[in-house]
Amino acid sequence: MNKKRAFDVTTLPGFTFIAILSFVLLYAPIATLVIYSFNGGNSVNQWGGFSLQWYVVAFNNQAVQDATVRSLIIALWASVISTTVAMMAALGTTRRGRFKGQTAIYMIINQPLMVPEIVTAVALLIFFSSVKIATGYTGLGYLILAHSAFCVPFAYLPIKARLEGMDTSMETAAADLYATPWQTFRYVTLPLLLPGVIAGAMLAFIISLDNVIITEFVKSAGQDTLPTYMLGQLRRALTPEVNAISTALLALTVLILIAFVFLTKKRE
Amino acid sequence: MKGNGAQRSKGANGWLLSAPALVLLVFAASGPLLIVAVYSVLEKGDYSGVRWILSGDGWFRVLFERDIFDQTVSFADANLSIFWRSVKLSIATTLITFAFGLPTAWFIATRPAKSRAFWLFLITIPFWTNLLIRTFAIMEVIRNEGILNTALINAGLISEPIQILYTDTAVLIGMAYVYLPLMVLPLYAAIDRFDFRLIEAGYDLYASRLQVLRGVILPIIKPGIIAGSILVFIPSLGAYVTPRVLGGGKNMMIGNFIELQFGQGQNWPLGAALSTLLLLVVLVSLLVYTRVSSRDTPHE
Amino acid sequence: MNTPIAVDARNIGKIYATGKDAVTALGDVSISIEKGEFFTLLGPSGCGKTTLLRCIAGFETPTSGSIHLSGRDITYIPPNQRPVNTVFQSYALFPHLSVAQNVGFGLKMLGKPAGDVAKAVARVLALVKLEDFADRLPQQLSGGQQQRVALARALAPEPEVLLLDEPLSALDLKLRKEMQSELKRLQTETGITFVFVTHDQEEALTMSNRIGVMSQGELLQVGTPHDIYEHPVNRFVADFIGETNFLEGVVEGHQVRIGTGDALDVVLDGQVGAVTLAIRPEQVSLTTAGAGIAAQIAETTYLGTDTHYDLKLGDGSHIIARVQSKSAGTFNVGDTVSIAIDAKAVQVLKS
Ligand SMILES: Nc1ncnc2c1ncn2[C@@H]1O[C@H](COP(=O)(O)OP(=O)(O)O)[C@@H](O)[C@H]1O
Ligand SMILES: [Mg+2]
Repeated sequence: MNKKRAFDVTTLPGFTFIAILSFVLLYAPIATLVIYSFNGGNSVNQWGGFSLQWYVVAFNNQAVQDATVRSLIIALWASVISTTVAMMAALGTTRRGRFKGQTAIYMIINQPLMVPEIVTAVALLIFFSSVKIATGYTGLGYLILAHSAFCVPFAYLPIKARLEGMDTSMETAAADLYATPWQTFRYVTLPLLLPGVIAGAMLAFIISLDNVIITEFVKSAGQDTLPTYMLGQLRRALTPEVNAISTALLALTVLILIAFVFLTKKRE
Repeated sequence: MKGNGAQRSKGANGWLLSAPALVLLVFAASGPLLIVAVYSVLEKGDYSGVRWILSGDGWFRVLFERDIFDQTVSFADANLSIFWRSVKLSIATTLITFAFGLPTAWFIATRPAKSRAFWLFLITIPFWTNLLIRTFAIMEVIRNEGILNTALINAGLISEPIQILYTDTAVLIGMAYVYLPLMVLPLYAAIDRFDFRLIEAGYDLYASRLQVLRGVILPIIKPGIIAGSILVFIPSLGAYVTPRVLGGGKNMMIGNFIELQFGQGQNWPLGAALSTLLLLVVLVSLLVYTRVSSRDTPHE
Repeated sequence: MNTPIAVDARNIGKIYATGKDAVTALGDVSISIEKGEFFTLLGPSGCGKTTLLRCIAGFETPTSGSIHLSGRDITYIPPNQRPVNTVFQSYALFPHLSVAQNVGFGLKMLGKPAGDVAKAVARVLALVKLEDFADRLPQQLSGGQQQRVALARALAPEPEVLLLDEPLSALDLKLRKEMQSELKRLQTETGITFVFVTHDQEEALTMSNRIGVMSQGELLQVGTPHDIYEHPVNRFVADFIGETNFLEGVVEGHQVRIGTGDALDVVLDGQVGAVTLAIRPEQVSLTTAGAGIAAQIAETTYLGTDTHYDLKLGDGSHIIARVQSKSAGTFNVGDTVSIAIDAKAVQVLKS
């Protein structure tokens, strides 16, 4: 498609310029944000020399520490739960031909991708507030549950993609070689599926870690996660501390994404 | 009979394996949406919440208001301006992201196979990056003391900083910025499948570059354009974080307006009616999208 | 009747799906495969060979009929409980397991102790000459080597019957010839019953003890390669196995009168009325002139050792002759020749 031609049919006038501009516009604000996280001064736009002081400040901030731990706990639970149920659903919906109600299952699983988040957030606010009154329980369970639910499609998609790329003849061959259905799953399907499962878990983890709106509506008092803590901070006078927290979160996301790319690439 | 039995057990296994996911989603995502629909037709509670009495007041107040003294009915201008702003900004966001997104997607799709993955990855990073962080990054750029105004002042182009933050423009810039990857990715997918020999055929038949773009490329990648537009329009319409951070308190969109209704002493049925309305608009757009795209598939 | 039967398929029918998009893959197939024989299912693509094999392996349940293995009804036994192994067309090697682990998979699943498995794996790998590749992953092997691994993996559990679904179709010609004799050797050495599927008639003729010819979900003829080649039961089998000339004619006493008006000597087996004569091209001999059917050379094709002549008969029909290039004198396009056909070489088929 990209063979050298005297007249390159793949070029359109101005397209390359706008494309490069888009990349610059996409990354300039993020780059600024990262750079000012190393600011020695107190301002988010006046450069006062290089320093790691705001990372130290953020690290020693009790509220940030608590929010970080809470975010990680929720993201871990949410990715484990959503990946487990998503894997089962992917196995149920891909390897057995079409069956009645399959479309309904797809719709429900992908529902969080379609419904505006604010609507789900409001719905969960109403629902969980009455559950809270009825049961008296106000722990992290609600957040974990809500996060697990909206992470399901993100865990489901890579697992399903992996399963669809996997020849069913693998399982047929295992059955031919005396493996029971459980042995087939344990020794053939699961090992082959594993990269997809890990990829799904990583996406779910990122999605949970980044969530703002649903968390903001579902959390009880004193249950700030890192993003909701930052949202609260944005209303106050800004210091590069927020930049430092953002940069750390950004670095974590990029690391997970790179791992994800390698993981999904290996299968070719 | 044997075949039928196998067929039925396939379906049963499919449902059984999907059951945990379905239970989770119905309990913590889909099910509560029904409660919202129910709340929208109940009576407002004294302080907050609802009273379990059927009432059309929530839906009535979406468009109208009643004078407190003489009970005359008039359009709720404040609400209407919020709806209008939401729709206007969402459409504008979709158009801007398309204007930037099409060349970007085209650029990525025409890179050599080796570097293509790299460019794609560059688009993917913002896509997965926290929406709040990206909004915050834009905010730092456009605020009065931000680098944009500072640069313009230093260049002598302006003497006073331009007030962009807390205006509709800020919200628009922010939404275009955060939703651009959602436009690029489906466009890329469509262009990637594109057979470039068709362009050669177009040129062969004496088409100009613009004619090739309008007559060959755009019609063929139409499913990608529709998908990208839907993917940008829907979250724009329901946006909450970006208008809240960049628009300030005044420049509300539907999402913020909904939130407002669930504060203390506010009108939950109205909030529920607004949520249901938003949901319906989104579902109808999706329905139209699937219609259009399934109608388009045989052409591929 | 004295040889024990390995696979006995009785009136197998298989219909895929139901309703308006139903596909009848197998009509009513009955077949008895003897213990220790190399049996080949031969037929064009889509005739139901794979389906029949999958029914024997247990991946498909027949819609009607039953399958017996050494006298036991296995129609509804799941595949993992049948002492039958398959060499898949795509090999279906487990990509995450080494060659040795692939080969030992079946024995491990059967719960054999690790020591026994290792010994069996070494023995089978030696059998297919892959001792040095035990620790490689399948994707590090060439196509031919992967083929051997697939074979070793299916042989390791010592099944009663080995099923092979077009195992050689992905190999190039030279490798295919090698593997053909290799397979034949393995079958003789192990004594395992092989059920081999192919759409290549030459492959079927060279390798098999017996061949079953299939078409459109039906079994048309079962017999030795010689039987099938020399005495095809109908036009389809004659046409599918090698090149064949067909001439329409009517029985008149001990002869058949064909369209040109000539009467051919044939060996009749009670046929009367309209018949079709099947004649192999190498059985058609040509002379410059004389008695026999007059014909004109329409086209000649030189094939090295042989030469093909396309002959036009008096009634406008064509017949192909295959003559050794050296033996006869050469003919040119337009020459008039005379055709002679040995009576015993003519197959008389019902029209
Ligand atoms: N799983 C299936 N579903 C529907 N039809 C099938 C299926 N498998 C095979 N068929 C059909 O059954 C017929 C026989 O197929 P097959 O046994 O694969 O033939 P062969 O192996 O001789 O090429 C074909 O018409 C094929 O399309
Ligand atoms: Mg086949």
